[in-house]
Amino acid sequence: MSEIAQMDLNPRGAVKSESPLAMARVNVALASSARDAGVVVREKPFLGHLVLRGNAQDEAFRGGVERVLGLALPLALGPVARDESRGVSIQWMSPDEWLIVVPAGLEFEAEAALRRELSGHYAVMNTSGGQTVLELTGPKVRELLMKCTPYDVHPRAFPVGKGISSVFAKGSAVIRRVDEERWELVIRRSFADYLYSWILDAAEEFGVFVAPAEPAGSAERRIVREVAVEGH
Amino acid sequence: MLHIYCPHCAEYREEEEFRPKGEAHIARPVEPEATSDEDWGNYLFFRKNPRGLHHELWYHAAGCRKFFNITRDTVSYQIHETYKVGQQPSVTKQASSSKGAAK
Repeated sequence: MSEIAQMDLNPRGAVKSESPLAMARVNVALASSARDAGVVVREKPFLGHLVLRGNAQDEAFRGGVERVLGLALPLALGPVARDESRGVSIQWMSPDEWLIVVPAGLEFEAEAALRRELSGHYAVMNTSGGQTVLELTGPKVRELLMKCTPYDVHPRAFPVGKGISSVFAKGSAVIRRVDEERWELVIRRSFADYLYSWILDAAEEFGVFVAPAEPAGSAERRIVREVAVEGH
Repeated sequence: MLHIYCPHCAEYREEEEFRPKGEAHIARPVEPEATSDEDWGNYLFFRKNPRGLHHELWYHAAGCRKFFNITRDTVSYQIHETYKVGQQPSVTKQASSSKGAAK
């Protein structure tokens, strides 16, 4: 366990939280419903994002992460380790870096649990306020992505489950394929409204619908609280 | 566009994801105080600009954000190999001198 002052970036109820897309405006003609749209855009705001750095060769490090999150650390580019029911995922970003996404409100506990379990040369950084997740669903999402990124999104190169980071719309984004027609983009706060506008503009030709963002309700927080305290 | 194999991501990526960072294998003088001004100047500022085979440092800026080396032909742009920092190239001028002379 490390002697480190940890700050809760999003104390429950004390301050108003705003998604990076709170001020974004839609300037394209939207489809009338999700069913008519080739692409449905939905933000998943306020999720907990942690950047974990450490030595993948260190067994104690891998074991500690697995005890806290209940998922094995991915050791190479490829499938994102994901537990859909608990809303926890770990993505390989680099040989010594991982992106951990936990449900809203759980990032503080998850970080504290990692700090309890890990020792030695590692780093955990709460980047929840710095990025947000956009979920893209629909039959035309793949075509939309082809307009946005040089990465090959054909199933041959991008099977379900895979997660990468690449150039996206002259900026960058983490692209994850959750299902055949369901993708996730992890985007930076400073790029969020630009990328959002870009995506809507690029998706207009396929018919685009913006679904309301999932509210980060307190009930959801209570359910997922169990995850972080697992193993103690 | 070049298609570059990142040895850390273990797959080919578009050139757009990378940034070239100049000549590879530049060792910092072990004792800067004991190094002459000329040698220090050479270390800091002077770079090779060969016609043909060249070893370069590249950065996977939009991907894993790691540095690695590329052996590239500056005439044909052909990439012979990519390898991690700390490793030595297997394709060198000596190894392919006959090929170089034929050009």
